[in-house]
Formats: sequence, C-alpha cells, structure tokens
Amino acid sequence: MSDILPFLKELISAPGLSGNETPISTIIQNEWQQLVDEVSVSRLGSLHGLRHGCLAAPRPSILVATHMDAIGLMITGIQSGFLRFTDIGGVDPRVLPGQQVWVYASGPKADKQSPIPGWIVQPPAALLPEEFENKVVPIENLYIDIGLTPERVQQFVQVGDIVSFAQCPIELVGETLSGHSLDNRAAVAALTICLQELQFIRHAWDIWAVATVQEEEGLVGAYTSTFQIRPTLAIVIDTTWAKGPGSEEWNTFPLAKGPTLMWGPNFHPKLHKGLKDMAEKMEISHAVEITGRHSGTDAFATQVIAEGIPTMAIGIPIRYMHTPVEIVAIKDIQRTGRLLAGFIASLTIDFMNTIVLDS
Amino acid sequence: MANSTTLDKKRLALLEKLSQAMGVSGEEGEIRNIILEEIRPLGVDFKIDALGNLLVLKKGTGKIRHKVMLAAHMDEIGFMIAADDGEGLFRFEINGGIDVRQLPGKAVIVGKDHIPGVIGARPIHLTSSSERKDKIPLNSLRIDVGPGSNKIKRGDRATFATHFQRVGPSIIGKALDDRLGVAVLIELLKQPYPDIDLQVAFTVQEETGLRGARVAAFSFKPDLAFVVDSTPAYDLPSWDDEENISYNCHLGAGPAIYISDGATLSDPRLIRLLVNTAEKEGFSYQFRQPGGGGTDAGSIHKQGSGIPSVSISIPGRYAHTAVGMARISDFNDTIFLLKATLQSIPPDFLAQERK
Repeated sequence: MSDILPFLKELISAPGLSGNETPISTIIQNEWQQLVDEVSVSRLGSLHGLRHGCLAAPRPSILVATHMDAIGLMITGIQSGFLRFTDIGGVDPRVLPGQQVWVYASGPKADKQSPIPGWIVQPPAALLPEEFENKVVPIENLYIDIGLTPERVQQFVQVGDIVSFAQCPIELVGETLSGHSLDNRAAVAALTICLQELQFIRHAWDIWAVATVQEEEGLVGAYTSTFQIRPTLAIVIDTTWAKGPGSEEWNTFPLAKGPTLMWGPNFHPKLHKGLKDMAEKMEISHAVEITGRHSGTDAFATQVIAEGIPTMAIGIPIRYMHTPVEIVAIKDIQRTGRLLAGFIASLTIDFMNTIVLDS
Repeated sequence: MANSTTLDKKRLALLEKLSQAMGVSGEEGEIRNIILEEIRPLGVDFKIDALGNLLVLKKGTGKIRHKVMLAAHMDEIGFMIAADDGEGLFRFEINGGIDVRQLPGKAVIVGKDHIPGVIGARPIHLTSSSERKDKIPLNSLRIDVGPGSNKIKRGDRATFATHFQRVGPSIIGKALDDRLGVAVLIELLKQPYPDIDLQVAFTVQEETGLRGARVAAFSFKPDLAFVVDSTPAYDLPSWDDEENISYNCHLGAGPAIYISDGATLSDPRLIRLLVNTAEKEGFSYQFRQPGGGGTDAGSIHKQGSGIPSVSISIPGRYAHTAVGMARISDFNDTIFLLKATLQSIPPDFLAQERK
C-alpha cells in the first residue's frame, strides 16, 4: 500500500471552507484522476470520480461520499485595523485565542493568489465588556490581527473574506498526525487508499468516489450529488469522536483501534451487516457506533434521495474534533480504505437481492 | 558598514532563533547557549553565576568610568510536565503568568528535544452552549504527544510551538517577552563605550519574581542600571469604540520609557538622559503609561544600598500567549536610543541633582 501520509499532509495544509472548496477539490482531483476513469465537478462543486466496474453496462453502482469542506471563519468587519469575524461550520470560541490563520483577502490591493497570515487575539480585559472578565470571550469580541497598519488593512481585507486555520501538520508518536481539517480530509485519504487498492482488484460494480461540498453547513453536496448520480448503494466516510482528555463518553471510540461501523435508523441494517462481516473476514479491528437519530454525517442526506438509497457510514475516530489540533491514527485511515475496497470488490451482480428488507 | 536591510536580516535571524528556542524559567540553558555563541567572538569577559545568569563585562578605557548595568531576561513563561496519564497524555503545570484561556487548541514542544505535542479540547459537538461559556480549567487539559513510547519525563519543561514570522512592519513569535531585550543587549555589546564599564546581565527567572536580576545586580554592584524588556502595549480598540484609555504604549511609536510601574519608580536623571538623547538625535520614543506590571528593575533598584534604575521596553502585543507581536522599527529604535545613551553618559552623571 502506498504511503498516504504525504497526501494527507497536503490535504490538511489546504483551505476549502464550506462553500469555497475549489482549493481542496483541485488537490483531490490531481490524485484521483490517476485512479478513476472519469472526473467531473457538480453544479455546486462536489468532485465526482467514476471508476468503471467489469460487468457489462448497465452496472449497479456504489457511491462513496467523503465531504471535503472544512470549518473556518469569515470576516464580518474591520475596527481600527483589527478584523472581526464569525465562524463557519461550528467552532468552539475557546480554542481560538492565539491561533494563526490564513486570511483570503480580496480587497483592492490584495494578492488574490496568496492568503495573508493573521493571528486570533483576545483583547485585554479593560477593552472588553465587564461580563467577560475571567470568562470565555465570545467570538464576536475576538479580533484577527494581521500585523499591518490600519490603512493597509483597509486596502487588503473586505467583509466576507474567508479565513482558514493555519496550523501546520504535526507528526506525533504512534503514527498519529495532528492538524486542522482532519475532519474530513482523513476520510478523503481513506477513500483514496480504497481507490488505490482497487487498481489491483477486480470489481463488478461502478464506483463513484465523491468529495462532497458544504457538509458542515447542511449536507448540501451529499443531497445534490447523490441525486445526480442515483447510485444503487451509498457509503459515507466521516470522522467520529475518539476518546481523549475530557471525552470518555459511551459514544467516543479509542484512537488507533479501528474505524466504527455505524448503526441506527440512518443506516441499512443489512448493509451494516455486510460491512461488519467483511471487517471480521479481513480481521480489521472495528467498533459499532450507535447513532440513534441524525448521524451527523452525509448519510443523513444520501439515505433519502429519490426513492431512497440503502446507506451505510464508517467513522474514523479523531481526537479534539473541530479544533486546529485534531489527531488521527494513520492506521485507522488505512483500515478504513482496505475495508471499503474489500467490501466493494465483494459486491456481486445480485447483491441487492441479498439485502432486501423482509421480516 | 552594512546597509540597513542586511543588518535587519541578521538581527531578525538572531531574533528568530531566540524566539523559537525554549527557555522556561529555571531552564534557560538553550537561550544562554545561543547568546554565548553570539558574544564569544566579541572577546568580552563573561561568567555564568549560581542561578544561571550570564554576566558579561565590557570594560571601557576612560579614566573615570561609571559601572553601567544592562539587563534583559532570558526566561519565558511556559509549562512543566506534572504527571504521566499514559497513552501519550500528560498533565502539566503553568510556569509564570499564562491565562488558561490561551491554552486549548495549541501546538506545543516538550523537553530538550522539542518533542511536538498538542493541547486539545473536547469536540464542540459533545459540549453544551452553556459549557462553552466557561473556561476549560487547567486540570482538565492535557499535553498529548500521541499514543506510544516517548522520552518525556515529569519535570520536563514545555512551551508553545510558534513559528517566528515577519509580516510587513511586524514580527510575530513566542517569547518576544523578552527575547527582544536579549537581542537588543547582544547588539549593544558589539558597540564601543570607552567611558563606561558596561555590565550586561542576561537574567534568569524574571517571570517567577525578578529573581535572577536580584543576584546579578549584587554581583555587578553597578552605579546605575538600564533594564530592557517588552511591555504589553494594550493598544487595541475598545469593544464599544470608546477611546482606549487603558493602553500602556503603542506599537510603532518607539521605545517605551518607564516613569513608574508596579515595581519601580524610575530614577529621574536616567529618564532625562534617555529623553534628552532621543530629542537630540531625533529618535522616536514614548512614555509607558504609569501603572502596574514590572521588570527586572524592580529587584535591581533595591539591591545593596540602592541602584538608580530605569526600564525601557519594546512595545509588544499579546505577551504571555502563543503569539507575541512587535514592530521591527521599535526594536531597531531601542538599539539606537540605548547605544547613543550609553555613549553619552558623562563622568559626573551621578553628581547631577535628582530633582
């Protein structure tokens, strides 16, 4: 298996906030176009890679969705040379003070090709409303300082400019990687491993590898791409919560101990069983993740497209989700990619008959 | 003479090295070694005292020479590993004054080998909106270096992993408080001062109570002292756009001369000397707003039978966080002003009336 680490580091060094996915889409397309037969981009920007199966057409198809958008920030105003901002996709303000960010400045003097560095800062207590003394300072009262004079700031930055985290990837011990946007670039890497594996394995079905847009803001890419493609089956890969300091709940999973196979109304029970049987056959360690209602993933969308699509989801545990220092175990990404490839290769022409929901 | 751009580049390269090194109070060796590398070629006398202060003597040649002490602290705020929770997770204590709100979501380096780690936070999805209004207390934060074997031990120091950067007129890095001062002192040591004996102290443990400076001043027994630090500027706008009347000083307005802070009333003769030099030479300067805070002068001026002292600061934003910010012009202007001042101390300086 090829070493996925360099590609994953490239993925988490790129921006691609919800609604602005082009930079990350380009990187993924460069990698996928060697692995699939056709590449296209949906009307809303999702990346579709099609790899033909070996059956005679028309073939059944499986869609594998991994969202490529990332959480981040957006400029809401400029006050005396300091930038005010809000979040895109859900950010805890407590992780913000002291972070470096990239500001994608679009003002008249800005170089649109290269972002400018900025730093999120918490103003001193005397310059804040009294109620925040010794409390968490809300996002509305934090600033981004880009180190330039107020006059220059006005020439560079505009309201609406997007801001991504700038934390560089950090290799930690135990073959783990830390950085921003591992949710969900870790899944993009897993799907890439799956496509690499399938170069050497015969598979009957068509595979649609889809990097969806705007998952963090309403599963928009999953709804629209699944409708356009109308696959026979859909599998979503997303990240899930790893156990970590302060996160020991029942719905968290150990890091580096394998992916989760999701179970609940959002998922087709027989498809779940199919993946679980395959994981056991391939001796891939895994856990079952119970999600009682909305799974919080693209699977919530793919399941209800058109006449309904049998859907399953796999979770890759990461620590500190939605912070700039998420941690993933490379092994879990590899396990997910291998499991997916094994399962896809096992799909036969009459597979759908085996998962009919009878009594 | 080098043109200003090359000079800037060399100074900034040194500052980058100083900023990215780790020197948490009590373990300043890494900083001391960088300084030693810089000053050895200068042929000055130096010694390392019992606490780790680096004391440098550059003697003048004049007949009557004041002993003039210059001090800047080598240490920085940081962390100390307190307990090993297993799985690559470590509890830690804070060294110096760090707001606990500055910790979650940060990359850090641990120990002499700078082993990378992160301080995480619970996923937003698992927290309630009311929980997100409360600070994450230190006892629920961990330094995470990844599961597996590592070389970290209890007692190891750690600090923020911040890349030093230059952006337009600004520099950004960790520990600019007080590596800016350290870099200024190294520059000043390269200049000639025939009429004084220059006693330069690179001090330890400023952040834990001005402790290194206290013993350094005892060793030197100077006639007068200048302390070079980086004061928090607090020059941001107020949230409601009311005038900011609680600033300390402004970035870009030149070195900040102290009249009084929480620890020292500066000697009026030394304030006058700095101001007169700046006015005469046309250098920019500003007064730091009288108020709280303190520098090594707080322990120096009370040493022995008393040492007339003054502090001067390179204005900095966001001190004691992962990202400090300062202006290159303020850094350079501090070097210019101090050099000119040290070269113009008259032999009868201490005979002047304090007024």
